[in-house]
Amino acid sequence: MSTHVLSLLVENKPGLLTRVAGLFARRGFNIESLAVGHSEIAGLSRITILVDVEDVPLEQVTKQLNKLINVIKIVELEPSQSVQREHLLIKVRADNATRSQVLEAVTLFRARVVDVSTDALVIEVTGDSGKTQALLRVLEPYGIKEIAQSGLLAIGRGSKSITDRVFKN
Amino acid sequence: MTTEPSPVPSPTPRASTGPDKPGAESSAPEVLTGSGAIIRTLELLGVTDVFGIPGGAVIPLYDELMTQDVIRHILVRHEQGAGHAAEGYAAATGRVGVAIATSGPGATNLVTAIADAYMDSVPILCITGQVFSTSMGTDAFQEADIVGITMPITKHSFLVRRAEEIPAAIAAAYHIASTGRPGPVLVDITKDAQQNKAPFIWPPKLDLPGYRPITKAHGKQVQAAAQLLVEARKPVLYVGGGVIRAHASAELLKLAELTGAPVVTTLMARGAFPDSHAQHVGMPGMHGTVPAVLALQESDLIVSLGARFDDRVTGKVSEFAPKAKIVHVDVDPAEISKIRAADVPIVGDAKDVIADLTVAYAAAAAETTPDISVWWSYLNGLREEYPLGFSEPSDGLLAPQYVIKRIGELTGPEGTYAAGVGQHQMWAAQYIKYERPNSWLNSGGAGTMGYSVPAAMGAKVAEPDRVVWAIDGDGCFQMTNQELATCTINNIPIKVAIINNSSLGMVRQWQSLFYDGRHSFTDLNTGHGTAMVPDFVKLAEAYGALAIRVTSADQVDDAIKLALATNDRPVVIDFIVSRDAMVWPMVPQGVSNSYVQYAKDHAPTWEEE
Repeated sequence: MSTHVLSLLVENKPGLLTRVAGLFARRGFNIESLAVGHSEIAGLSRITILVDVEDVPLEQVTKQLNKLINVIKIVELEPSQSVQREHLLIKVRADNATRSQVLEAVTLFRARVVDVSTDALVIEVTGDSGKTQALLRVLEPYGIKEIAQSGLLAIGRGSKSITDRVFKN
Repeated sequence: MTTEPSPVPSPTPRASTGPDKPGAESSAPEVLTGSGAIIRTLELLGVTDVFGIPGGAVIPLYDELMTQDVIRHILVRHEQGAGHAAEGYAAATGRVGVAIATSGPGATNLVTAIADAYMDSVPILCITGQVFSTSMGTDAFQEADIVGITMPITKHSFLVRRAEEIPAAIAAAYHIASTGRPGPVLVDITKDAQQNKAPFIWPPKLDLPGYRPITKAHGKQVQAAAQLLVEARKPVLYVGGGVIRAHASAELLKLAELTGAPVVTTLMARGAFPDSHAQHVGMPGMHGTVPAVLALQESDLIVSLGARFDDRVTGKVSEFAPKAKIVHVDVDPAEISKIRAADVPIVGDAKDVIADLTVAYAAAAAETTPDISVWWSYLNGLREEYPLGFSEPSDGLLAPQYVIKRIGELTGPEGTYAAGVGQHQMWAAQYIKYERPNSWLNSGGAGTMGYSVPAAMGAKVAEPDRVVWAIDGDGCFQMTNQELATCTINNIPIKVAIINNSSLGMVRQWQSLFYDGRHSFTDLNTGHGTAMVPDFVKLAEAYGALAIRVTSADQVDDAIKLALATNDRPVVIDFIVSRDAMVWPMVPQGVSNSYVQYAKDHAPTWEEE
């Protein structure tokens, strides 16, 4: 198995996410992460999907996704040709004894503290999964109480955009 | 190259909508109820017949249906019947079939037909009522999320909550159903959208930026395919249902005759190429002819035209046609290399691609005409050695194959034949000779028992002048025979041949062959030596049909002739046949096609798998 990042340009229609997710579920592929949001064009959304799947079945899923009427364009984003980020909110135990050590880790990882209480901090961090996983490992001994993680976001490097390519022809 | 979806859906040629009522540009658009807009849209799209049954959530639509006479509504007895009738209507003509059902159970009863149409690429439009938009999601009476339920089995679906959206949604649905790779499209319309009023604007703007079916193929790929055809010594044209859906039979005939290559027609493609043609070597697959199975298996070049390498055709995929290069032509890019990697993938409409390929081949073969005579002498040898045949049953009862053969011979190639699913379906595919496309209707991909009677009904509505047979089994017939009432009441005189072997014959055959003859729950007690429940003759008479029972070979022709002469009501013939007859040849599931079993006179002994 190998992970792939797919970027989909889709019409923002009810049920669209179900149609997309259904194609993966039907073949037993697990979606590792999913991020949905508006695109630069009104009425169109962008979905970034991280899947763990072999190349051949992935090609089949991509073709099936392309057949969905509300899907306008799909591209696979190679790690070397794209910027890939995920976003985490981490609630970690931090009292008077440990707070300074936790804050030090936050600084080292260029993360940010967004909420403070007497015995916990909420930390916000953005980065590729290597960085976020490393931070989690460092924070783990202090006691991670809760994690909220966004799906992976990805965008191609350089000046071209997926939408350019779609609407040019 | 791509073609943009046309902004205006093109009406079918038979559209006779009279003077354009709406859309006069100077005056304000007419205000219609949503239901009125549904009817008007269907009219303007050229729809002349719909199949349906009313219920609470479509009463407004039915109220409007009553006030017009452009569209013929045929009241079915079960929504599944409406769905299969729409399929039969579409499969017989290529026009979009339309089915209407109410919300909840009405809509879910359509599901089987929708799944069937999806598997066999049948263009149907299903219109379902939905509860009031204000009640949706509250578990309202007869509420079902039919859009959600049908997502994996529709080409697309629309949920319409406002009257204004109706013309565009139905026009888009019709367009999607009938273009590219055809398929079922569902439009679910809330009751308030049907009741509310809105200006009727025609033509609506179709906004489908993600829908661009490719029809014209890449020139380079077509050249490459032509080159392979010139080089091949054992070519075969593997013709699938796509050729029928694309109305490409005339083009196929030209290509076949120019190349001289053998042609096999799959279960879905029976009739796409004339059976009587010298180059036709039969149907491939699990119950295909030996020459057709081996033509694919031994070939060095398979030119797949609108076929999809179904498991029933390939047998064990890893051992399928090991020496063959593959040219794969399909309008759906997702079919190409799905099962077997294509050497030359060609995405395009079969009609265009075959025509282009014919031109390209003519150019490529100008210098050297390929010699495939060795190949032909091999295949001709197989044809002589392994013709289709059957033996008389040892129990002295009728041979089902004989009955079906005589139906085909006495009716002729202008007839339309709709089969159910099982042994009788295979025999109907084998022993009726098909000479024209759209004359053979069946449930190929989904294998839906009960398809036959309603599909025949739909075909007869579409083409009232043709003789339409439902070749059915005693099991299948009991799933959808209620539509005989529809046929009798609406003067749709179909002919039903029940191949009554008193059992779920295909399952029984597998039990005989692979489960040590343990016939678990496959006896239906409808035939010889049983209680005969139900009595199909009495049942058919109760439905107002002419009913005939045939128990011996000497009665067969007279019964068929009487059926052919009777056109004032449906006819049902209960052919009491032997239950021991089996479908041969056969490639057992999960093995290579090289192990095709012929078995003309006896079932061979089977090796343990």
